[in-house]
Amino acid sequence: MTAGADTRADAEQAWAKPGGEDHHATRLQRLVKRFGRGTVIGVPYVWLLLFFLLPFLIVLKISFAEFRLGLPPYTPLLEWIEGSYLQIRLALGNYLFLLDDPLYALAYLNSLKVAAVATGIALLIGYPMAYAIARASPSWRSVFLLLVILPFWTSFLIRVYAWIGILKNNGLINNALMALGLIDEPLPLLNTEFSLYVGIVYSYLPFMVLPLYATLEKMDVSLMEAAADLGCRPFKVFLTVTLPLSMPGIVAGSMLVFIPAVGEFVIPDLLGGAGTLMIGKVLWSEFFNNRDWPVASAVAIAMLVFLVIPIVIFQHYQQKQAERAEES
Amino acid sequence: MTDTMARSGTAAAARPEGSRPGAVLRRAEARPIIEVDDVVKTFGDFVAVDHVSLTIREGELFALLGGSGCGKTTLLRMLAGFERPTAGRILIGGQDMTDTAPYDRPVNMMFQSYALFPHMTVEANVAFGLRQDGLPKAEIRERVADMLDLVQLAPFAKRKPHHLSGGQRQRVALARSLAKQPKVLLLDEPLAALDKKLREKTQLELVTIQERVGTTFVIVTHDQEEAMTMADRVAIMDSGRIIQVDTPHALYEYPNTRYVAEFFGTVNLFEGVLIEDEPDHILIRSEALANPVFVGHGISAREGATVWVALRPEKLAVSRVPPETPHNWDRGIVEDIVYLGGISTFHVRLASGALARVTTQNQERMAEPEITWDDEVVLSWRPDNVVVVTS
Repeated sequence: MTAGADTRADAEQAWAKPGGEDHHATRLQRLVKRFGRGTVIGVPYVWLLLFFLLPFLIVLKISFAEFRLGLPPYTPLLEWIEGSYLQIRLALGNYLFLLDDPLYALAYLNSLKVAAVATGIALLIGYPMAYAIARASPSWRSVFLLLVILPFWTSFLIRVYAWIGILKNNGLINNALMALGLIDEPLPLLNTEFSLYVGIVYSYLPFMVLPLYATLEKMDVSLMEAAADLGCRPFKVFLTVTLPLSMPGIVAGSMLVFIPAVGEFVIPDLLGGAGTLMIGKVLWSEFFNNRDWPVASAVAIAMLVFLVIPIVIFQHYQQKQAERAEES
Repeated sequence: MTDTMARSGTAAAARPEGSRPGAVLRRAEARPIIEVDDVVKTFGDFVAVDHVSLTIREGELFALLGGSGCGKTTLLRMLAGFERPTAGRILIGGQDMTDTAPYDRPVNMMFQSYALFPHMTVEANVAFGLRQDGLPKAEIRERVADMLDLVQLAPFAKRKPHHLSGGQRQRVALARSLAKQPKVLLLDEPLAALDKKLREKTQLELVTIQERVGTTFVIVTHDQEEAMTMADRVAIMDSGRIIQVDTPHALYEYPNTRYVAEFFGTVNLFEGVLIEDEPDHILIRSEALANPVFVGHGISAREGATVWVALRPEKLAVSRVPPETPHNWDRGIVEDIVYLGGISTFHVRLASGALARVTTQNQERMAEPEITWDDEVVLSWRPDNVVVVTS
């Protein structure tokens, strides 16, 4: 938030400079001055408007429509009745239906649970990774960072398929264990909660590691030395100094893992098996199996609200805290 | 090394006009608190600390002085336990602590960056070390209050470090590192981040606090004036070695090398050859000076040896008429005058082409400047004001 304000102030200053000699400025300079800034700031707004707000409004509109056979497969929101008056039809039935059928509530709750557990595991694995990278020598650091980012060069889908190859009954792990004689029959690894978590944690781990690395790398090593100097043993140094100071990285990384994990569809579908109840899968089957666009849209909107509200509250709280820190 | 140590001891005891003669006398007899025994520290091929031996006495305010990369900070970090010596031993309070972890050492460090915990209040920062010792809460509270009083920060106890000024942060760092009443306090460039005015004031404050708490202070600094102002004894370091350890007075008046003479204060150095070596006097002929240099004591070098004559600017006299001796004077032209209020520095170009700096005190307010630019002047000095170094 503040970073945005700073950039803006900087931009203002930069533009204020030629302003001092305004009467010397050419027409072009004045034009650039007037519209240049607006354009630069405007581009991302136009982008968000076109590719975020507009689709969102369309989905919102559909969520208030009713299912019908035809093209499009839902009733229009606005309709001219006999060409004389405009009829607005807001069908709230879709939302009521979500409350009615426990399937949706269960799917939401299960999604939140799966996302929360996966985030926790990703944090437990990602934190030591990020810490080790941040404390490695500068040349090794870039190698490790590259390794973290490397999987992105392969398609997400292919990486998830690869896990099927590893986990299935005659896959890598089971074959290896059987060859070693440790097990007689294949372990059921695929299509379990285990494989679901493996998939989610594996896929989203870089999003946990990178913000954590950024926070830990910036941290002043002399703070930890100071703690040790004052009689603190290494693990306690971690608990009292390193961990609290890396909180911004923990929060950012957790958000980046938790939010997409809640709505994840591909991983539960491919690795989680038929029994996995997650809201992303429900959404998919509403859209493509049931072809009930209005209910699917309502599911999507509800999911968004579920996710956005806690984030907004969190940000509001964080901003309050920052303001309070500023005041005191 | 031992040679230097022994001499420094007598010099400290004999220092006549020291700012704290009582303290110095007391410390000369005090027992050693830190003994650095032939310590070497290498990083890869780089030798940061090269066979350093050093004894620091209880209650002393000791300064490690040197340019950047001279090894002074590495030596300090080895005392704190953040670096392990490649060879040699470090004794603190008589115990071998070479391999002891930082959290088990009876020393505390004040960091150059202060390293205050940003997520804790001033109070919590100061209490941090005491909490690690598991002291009762009431005692911690009392000790923290005492410390904050000592550094005059009591009204700021509840603030976070980033709401303090640089000088206040420096004092929090000091309070935090003193709170555990360490045997030795290590200070890494404690004043480097402060502006000049505040630095000068804080130098004296630090000395006052040190005298009040009686803790041994080891200060790392690159600022010669800072070391002079604060320290009882100073070790001058260069490329990992200790060149000389002595009181500021002895370092200034009896430097043992050209490096020390130049590093510690301003000096005019003239290379010369020893032409006469008697037990009670020596004569040096220098190409830079028209007349030979007469020194009223013998030195341990043979005739024909190359030596350097070191003359402090304030020990030279400027006049119009030459003295009636065949030694210790030269003629030159005034090339520049630097007026600094209390003193003026004359840059005099000698006949040989060498440049000499002379400082004079401006004692009379109404006096007309007698000597001005491009005047021909005579520089002279007393035989006992000459320092001769052989390396």
